[in-house]
Amino acid sequence: MTELTNTNEYLLSVQSIDTFIGQFHILEGVSVNVAKGSITVLLGRNGAGKTTTLKTVMGLTPPRDGKVIFDGQEIQGKRAFNIANLGIGYVPENRAIFRALTVLENLKLAERNKGDLERHADFIYDLFPDLERLSKLKGNQLSGGQQQMLAVARALVPENKLLLIDEPSEGLAPILIQQMMEAIRKLKDTTTILLVEQNFIMASQLAERYVIIDDGKSVHSGLMSDLVLNQELIHQYLGASIQAPISASEA
Amino acid sequence: MKNIWKKDKGFVIFVALAFAFPFIFSLLGQTSLTEGTNKFWQGQLINFFIMAVFAMSYDLLIGYAGMLSFGHAASFGGGAYTVALLLEHVAPDILKSYQIFIGSTNITEIVILIVCFLAAILVSILIGLLFSASAMRVKGAYFAMLTLALATALNLLARATDFVEWTGADEGMHGVPVPLWINPTQNRLTFYFIALAFLVLAYILMKRIVSSPTGRVIQATRENEDRARMIGYNPVTYRTLAFVIASVFAGLAGGFYALWTTSASPSMTSGVTTVNVLIMTILGGMGTLVGPLLGAGIMQIFSQFLYTWFGARWPLVFGIIFVLIVMFLPYGIVGTWRLQGFKIKQGWQRLLELTKTKETPEK
Repeated sequence: MTELTNTNEYLLSVQSIDTFIGQFHILEGVSVNVAKGSITVLLGRNGAGKTTTLKTVMGLTPPRDGKVIFDGQEIQGKRAFNIANLGIGYVPENRAIFRALTVLENLKLAERNKGDLERHADFIYDLFPDLERLSKLKGNQLSGGQQQMLAVARALVPENKLLLIDEPSEGLAPILIQQMMEAIRKLKDTTTILLVEQNFIMASQLAERYVIIDDGKSVHSGLMSDLVLNQELIHQYLGASIQAPISASEA
Repeated sequence: MKNIWKKDKGFVIFVALAFAFPFIFSLLGQTSLTEGTNKFWQGQLINFFIMAVFAMSYDLLIGYAGMLSFGHAASFGGGAYTVALLLEHVAPDILKSYQIFIGSTNITEIVILIVCFLAAILVSILIGLLFSASAMRVKGAYFAMLTLALATALNLLARATDFVEWTGADEGMHGVPVPLWINPTQNRLTFYFIALAFLVLAYILMKRIVSSPTGRVIQATRENEDRARMIGYNPVTYRTLAFVIASVFAGLAGGFYALWTTSASPSMTSGVTTVNVLIMTILGGMGTLVGPLLGAGIMQIFSQFLYTWFGARWPLVFGIIFVLIVMFLPYGIVGTWRLQGFKIKQGWQRLLELTKTKETPEK
């Protein structure tokens, strides 16, 4: 919690938020700090509250208590579409694209200012070359991997300062996971990312910092390079199912 | 023009046919342009043109914005009553005391008609806003029930005896003084072309709206409100906008319907009227815009034949046909065609190839 003293350095600072969904107390004092130009990953077991943390930042499940400071501005309590317009792109899990619209229409829809897509088209199609080829297909005609790429690409259309990306590798074939990782790595040069990722190998290769969320509380945070060496911590909070991060040193 | 042809061949052909219809009918049947069966069928088509606009406006609501409203007739009736009330109670006094000329042409009646329709637009915007303000926060069945309740309230208002001198209460208003040059009884051919022009204009405008960026957001909120919110759109704003736009087109259609029937009656605001356009929309296919147009045509023209064949029992037969269509073409005629069109085309090609291979050995 000592990190909270110099909040100015952080693009996003989530300060002990409490979030309820219905009568359930999902987040109990979660704190997450994301430094400008970095990738921070939220780790934790299924149901720990990682997705809810992202949703709370986004205003989809507003916090009952605590602060969310984005770019020096308190945003808790603002409505989701206003928060989005401040420059936060959210890529939710389960490929939240519009299935009845074409790829191009999906991208166009994300424009915040006229010409956003045109300005960033080269960058987006460079990351995901498939999308250019598929631009006239409807969302429901895409494969799962293509839908996921479209969901990420959509967040890149407007000028976003922060991207919240939820489980980008979920359900993807290994070769697509590789492509997605490459894309996210390239994104780091231009933007700041808060990632939720179950795939520890992918997370450890991408992120500089981590926050472990367990049972609705942020229990640990620090540098990813320290975490990969701390097998005990990994085992305690992330479960035995996670493979040892063998490839982390190669990253 | 080239673009319209490319994208909407069907519609262009339809308009051309509709334009030529009175002349072709007159040539084929050796009948006068302005009398007899020709006049009768022009009337049927006028009814169809107006109902088509009403049905397309309903499609904006249900097909594109995903809002199942059972109160759409309120806007239709609102437009009809506005035009009828102004023509009956306001226009005669104005015509007596003022005359507006451009050069030597008297344009008073045209100006009055334009004002009537502007008023109809205003009233339907207000109805749209009233409905949105009260029903927008709920969804699904609750939304449908609230819109039905509001429309029923307006229906009761139309039937209220308190305003019997103005509205004719249960009887409605009949024999509204429509200017002679556009009067559907005396000058039906003129009215025919004006109604057709109204349909074409309404179609082009609605088509533009649904394919505009705003239209895309409206379709996005239909699919998933949260997702629209996440990328920075307020769904309530866009749903309200869709509701008001649909209401305006319904109001204009209602205004035209008042001119066509020279009347306004409480039944125009009733649930039955809404159900009729719902049937047209489902028949043709939701979210296709052309579908409801086709649905309105089928219902209008088909019902004539069904009536001559089956007499008063025709709704029963129509009901059976409707059930069959919904069972076998669940996305409506146009909707299913668009979904299956690819397969049908493939089937045709295979069939053509088969006939070709059959022919070659013969040679």
